Amino acid sequence: MLNRLKLEPSRILLNLAVIFIIALWTFPTAGLLISSLRDKNDIAASGWWTALSSADRKQVGRMKGSADQVEKDGKFVIFGNLFDGADATSGKVSAFGTKVQTPGANAAGSTVALDAGQSLTVGVDGSYVLTSPTKFTDERGGRVFFVSSQPPRFTLDNYQTVLFSEGIGRSFINSLTVTIPATIIPILIAAFAAYALAWMKLPFRGLLIAIIVGLLVVPLQMSLIPLLKLYNAAGYFMGVPSKTYLGIWLAHTGFGLPFAIYLLRSYIAGLPKDLIESAQIDGANDFKIFRRIVLPLCFPALASFAIFQFLWVWNDLLVAIVFLGSGPDQLVLTGKLNALLGSRGGNWEILTASAFVTIIVPLTVFFSLQRYFVRGLLAGSVKGG
Amino acid sequence: MAEQIIYAFFTVIIGVGGCFGYFYGSNWLLDRIFPANANNDSSAVRNLKMQSTIRPWLFLGPALLLLSVYLLFPVIETFWLSFHDRAGDKFVGLANYVWAFNDDQFRLSIFNNILWLAVVPALCTLMGLVIAVLTDRLWWGNLAKSLIFMPLAISFVGASVIWKFVYDYRGEGQDQIGIINAIVTYFGGSPQVWIALPFWNNFFLMAILVWIQTGFATVILAAALRGIPEDTLEAATIDGAGPFKIFFRIMVPQIYGTILVVWTTITVLVLKIFDIVLTMTNSQWDTSVLANLMFDWMFRGGGDFGRGAAIAIVIMVAVLPIMIWNIRQANKEQSGH
Amino acid sequence: MANIKLTNLNKSYGTVHILKDVNLDIKSGEFIVFVGPSGCGKSTLLRAISGLDQVSSGTLEIDDAVVNEVPPSKRGIAMVFQSYALYPHMSVFENIGFALENQGLSRADIKTKVEAVGEMLQLTSYLTRLPKALSGGQRQRVAIGRAIVRGAKVFLFDEPLSNLDAALRVQMRMEIAKLKRDLPKTTMVYVTHDQVEAMTMADRIVVLQAGKVMQVGTPMELYENPNSVFVAGFIGSPKMNFITGVPAEKLKAKTIGVRPEHFEFSDTKTDIAGTLDYTEILGSDSFLYVTTPTGMLTVRQPGRTEFKTGQKLNLKPIAQHVHRFGENEMRLAN
Ligand SMILES: Nc1ncnc2c1ncn2[C@@H]1O[C@H](COP(=O)(O)OP(=O)(O)OP(=O)(O)O)[C@@H](O)[C@H]1O
Ligand SMILES: [Mg+2]
Repeated sequence: MLNRLKLEPSRILLNLAVIFIIALWTFPTAGLLISSLRDKNDIAASGWWTALSSADRKQVGRMKGSADQVEKDGKFVIFGNLFDGADATSGKVSAFGTKVQTPGANAAGSTVALDAGQSLTVGVDGSYVLTSPTKFTDERGGRVFFVSSQPPRFTLDNYQTVLFSEGIGRSFINSLTVTIPATIIPILIAAFAAYALAWMKLPFRGLLIAIIVGLLVVPLQMSLIPLLKLYNAAGYFMGVPSKTYLGIWLAHTGFGLPFAIYLLRSYIAGLPKDLIESAQIDGANDFKIFRRIVLPLCFPALASFAIFQFLWVWNDLLVAIVFLGSGPDQLVLTGKLNALLGSRGGNWEILTASAFVTIIVPLTVFFSLQRYFVRGLLAGSVKGG
Repeated sequence: MAEQIIYAFFTVIIGVGGCFGYFYGSNWLLDRIFPANANNDSSAVRNLKMQSTIRPWLFLGPALLLLSVYLLFPVIETFWLSFHDRAGDKFVGLANYVWAFNDDQFRLSIFNNILWLAVVPALCTLMGLVIAVLTDRLWWGNLAKSLIFMPLAISFVGASVIWKFVYDYRGEGQDQIGIINAIVTYFGGSPQVWIALPFWNNFFLMAILVWIQTGFATVILAAALRGIPEDTLEAATIDGAGPFKIFFRIMVPQIYGTILVVWTTITVLVLKIFDIVLTMTNSQWDTSVLANLMFDWMFRGGGDFGRGAAIAIVIMVAVLPIMIWNIRQANKEQSGH
Repeated sequence: MANIKLTNLNKSYGTVHILKDVNLDIKSGEFIVFVGPSGCGKSTLLRAISGLDQVSSGTLEIDDAVVNEVPPSKRGIAMVFQSYALYPHMSVFENIGFALENQGLSRADIKTKVEAVGEMLQLTSYLTRLPKALSGGQRQRVAIGRAIVRGAKVFLFDEPLSNLDAALRVQMRMEIAKLKRDLPKTTMVYVTHDQVEAMTMADRIVVLQAGKVMQVGTPMELYENPNSVFVAGFIGSPKMNFITGVPAEKLKAKTIGVRPEHFEFSDTKTDIAGTLDYTEILGSDSFLYVTTPTGMLTVRQPGRTEFKTGQKLNLKPIAQHVHRFGENEMRLAN
C-alpha cells in the first residue's frame, strides 16, 4: 500500500505537507489540553501558548508595613519576599520599579534610592530590603512593581475538580448504559433493513429507500416536542415513568437509523452479486445469508457506523435532557458536566478538563475499531486474483 | 458502585439481547411455521415462497416502526402545526409561511444557510480527499488520520471552548489570550472581535465545522481508497500517467460513489447545523441559521410553535432537491441487481 | 438423473426482450454447451434454468416437473460461477460444506463428505485455507467441489475457465471431462466462448443468437451440417469462407460456404482466382490468405506451403463439402 503513487523526490515534501496539516488540525486541541492543565486564573489571564515557555509577567507586590521594621546599625530596615504577597505568583524577578508605569526601571539586584533617603534592593528571588534613616510610620507597606519570569507551571487541580466531584462516576456508568445499547441496537436493526432493501424481493422497495433517505433531513430539534408529548402520554397510559433507558435507546436508534441504513445499504448493495446467489443456490435462506455471508463481509461499514453513532450518543446533551431524568440514576456525563458548569458559573477550567475527560472513551472506541476500516476482507477472494 | 455497575450491565444485556432475540426469534418462528424441509415437495416450495414474502418484513419491521414513530410522526405533527397559530389550535393557513418570508431574521438565516451549504461540504470533502490521499502513502498515515479525526470525538461544548481560545478578544493593549488576535497584534495589527464581524463571522464559525467534519470525510474516503484495486493504478503507471493524472482519472472516478456519500452526508448535516451557532454566538451578530431560528421560536421567548414548525418545514423542503438527486443515484446503483 | 425441458421460454428485462421462444430438450446425463456471441443471452438462459432469474413466460421442467416457481435451492442444481463466488471469509472446508450445513447435516457427515470431495479434487492439504490464499486453479476446484458435494442432479457452469491462463485452462478442461466421466448421471450445462471447449466436451452444442436457438446438435453435426450462415460461421476455426456472386449462382445459391481445408488448387483459371497475400505457417498446417474478387479467403494446407506471397492462385471448392445457403441465409437442401 505504500508507494502507491510513485512520487519519490517529493517524499520529504509530502511528509512536511502532512505534518503541516496535522499541526493546523491539532493546534486548537492542544490549546484545550494545555489550558486544562493550567491554573484557573492563568487561563483567563494569558494565552495558553505562553504556558509552555517561561514568560515575563508584570506583577505587583506589597511590602510589609511599619510593624515589621527592625532597627539595625541605626537604620530602620524592612525585609521580606515580594512573592509572599497573596497576589504574586512566584518566579524570577528580572526588574522592578516603584511606579506602575515603569515596572522594568531597575535590574534585579540593584539598589535604588527613594524619597527621604530611603533605598530599596530587590533580589532575583524576590527578596527585598527597604532601608530608611528614619523610622517607618506607614502601617501599610509600599507597593513594588516588578517583572518576573514565570517557569511553565501545570496543575492537575482542574482534573481533580472534575473527576472527584460528587456523582461523576455514576454519570459515567449512566452514559455507558445509554451509549452501548444505543449504538448496537441501531446497527443491528439498520443492517437487517439495509440487507432487505439491497437484496430481497419486496414491493415498494424504491419508495421505501426514498422515504428512509429522505428522513435524513429531519432536524432533530424539531421532533423533540412531539416525542415528549408522545412519551408522556404513553407513560401515563401504561402507568410507567416516561423517562427510561429504553426510551432513550429507542430515541437514539430512531434518530440514527436513516444515516445507518443509508450507509449500510450502499455498502451491502456493493457486495458481489455472485456471492449472494451462490449462497441462495447452496440453500441458505435470507436470514442465514445475512448472518453468515453479509454480516461478516460488511464489518468495515458496521465499524464506521458504530464509531459515528457512539460519538454522537456519547456527546449528546439535548436528547438526554429531554428523554432522561436528572436524578443521579439517569444523569449522563454531559449532563453532569453541564450541571457542574451551571453551579460554578461558566468556569473555563471545568470546561477544558471535562472536555478531555469525555473525549477519552470515544477515542478509545475509535482506535480499537479503526483497523477494521482498512481490513480488505474482500481482496483477492473473487475474480481470480 | 459495584451494584450500579451490575445494574447497568444487566440493563445493557437486556436491551441488546432483546434486539437480538427479536431477530432470532421471529426468523426461527417463520422457519417453524413454514418449514422448508417439509416431506411433501410442493408444500416445501409453497412454504419457501411464503417465507420469502414474509421475511423481508421481519427484517424491515423494527426499522420501519422506529422511523415512523421517531421521525415520520414528528414530521407530520410539525407539518400540521405549521398551519396553526402559536398555541396550535387555530388554523391560520399559510400565515406562518408568509410571516417567515417577510421576516428579516428568517431571510438572513436562509442566506447564512446557503453560505454554509456552499462552503462547508465542498471544503470538508476536498480536505478529506487530499488528506486521505497524502496519508495513504505514509507509514504514520494511520496516526495522522487519527489526529485529524480527533475533533469529531470532542463534544460540541468542548469544541466551543477550544474555539473560544482561538477567537477570543481582549481590549487593545491587554494580553490577548485568543491565538488569532495574538498573532494579529504580534504583527502590529489591532485585535478584532472576530465572531462579531457581520458576514465574515459566518466563515469563522464554518471553520469549526470543517475542523470537526474533515475527519469524517478522511476516514471514509481513506477506506474507499484502500478498496481501489492495486492493478488499476499499476496499469495507469505503466501507461505513463503522472501522479495527478492517476489521482483525477483513475482514483477519483473509482471512489466517486463514496465521495457523493460523504458530500451528501455533510450537506445534510450542514443544513441542520445548530450546536455551533448556539454555543459560539447564540445567533447574535447576524450569524443565525434556520435550525437556531426554529429552536428559538419553539423553545425560547418567542414560544410560537406555528412559526417554529413553519421554519422546520422550510429546512426539510430545502434539502429535498439534494435528497432526490441522491435517491436517483441510489437507484442507478440498484439497477445493477 | 435429471432431464431438462424448456418450452417456449421467454425472458424480458423491462421492455428488452432477451430470450425469445427457446425450446430445448436436455437428456439426463447429457453434457450440453451453450455458445453464441457475447450478449446473446447464454448467461440469462443458464440463470433461468438455475432459478436465480424468473422466466417471463413458457415452462421449465426438470425431471418432468414444472419448476418455474421453485426456488433455486429446491431445483437440485449446482452452479459454478465465472467469478467462482467463493465466500471470502470462510475456509475451503466451510465453503464446500456450506450447502450441507444448510441441509441440516450433522457435523460428522459434513466432514466425511467434504473430505471425500477434497480428495477427489486434490484439495486435501488446502482445506483450512482462506480462498485468498489459493491459486486460480485451486479456487476453481473449490468452486467445482461446492457443486459436487451436494450431489446435485444438474451442474450449471457459466464460463468457469475464462479467468484461467491457457495452460491451466487445458488442464481444468481435462478435469471437467474427467468429472463428467465420474458422474455419468449428472446433467451438465456449460456456457463458454471457447470453440475448443465446446467441440471437445459437448455431447451436444446449442448455438444461440440474439436470444434465439439457432441450432442444436452434436459438435460434428454442427460442423458438417450447419443449418445457417450464422452457425456455419460460428463453428470452426478458422472461420468458414463465404462466397457470393458467380461461383454461388452457378450452384443455385445466394451464398456458398467452404471451410478452409476444402479447397483444391487448379492449374487453369477458375471462378475463384486471386493473389496470395499472406501466409501463416504453424508447422502442422499452413494458412493462406488469398485476395479474390469476392473478398479475402482463408485456405488451409497440411504441412508447409510451397506458395510464395504475391503468387496468383486458382482455387476450387471440393464439391461434396460445399454448403449452400439461400436468400434467408438458411441452408438449402442438397
Ligand atoms: N439485469 C439485466 N437487466 C437488463 N438487461 C440485462 C440484464 N442482464 C442481462 N441483460 C442483457 O441481456 C442480454 C444477454 O445477457 P447475457 O449475460 O445473458 O449475455 P451472455 O450471452 O452471457 O454474454 P457473455 O458471453 O458476454 O457473458 C445482454 O444484452 C444484456 O445487456
Ligand atoms: Mg455471460
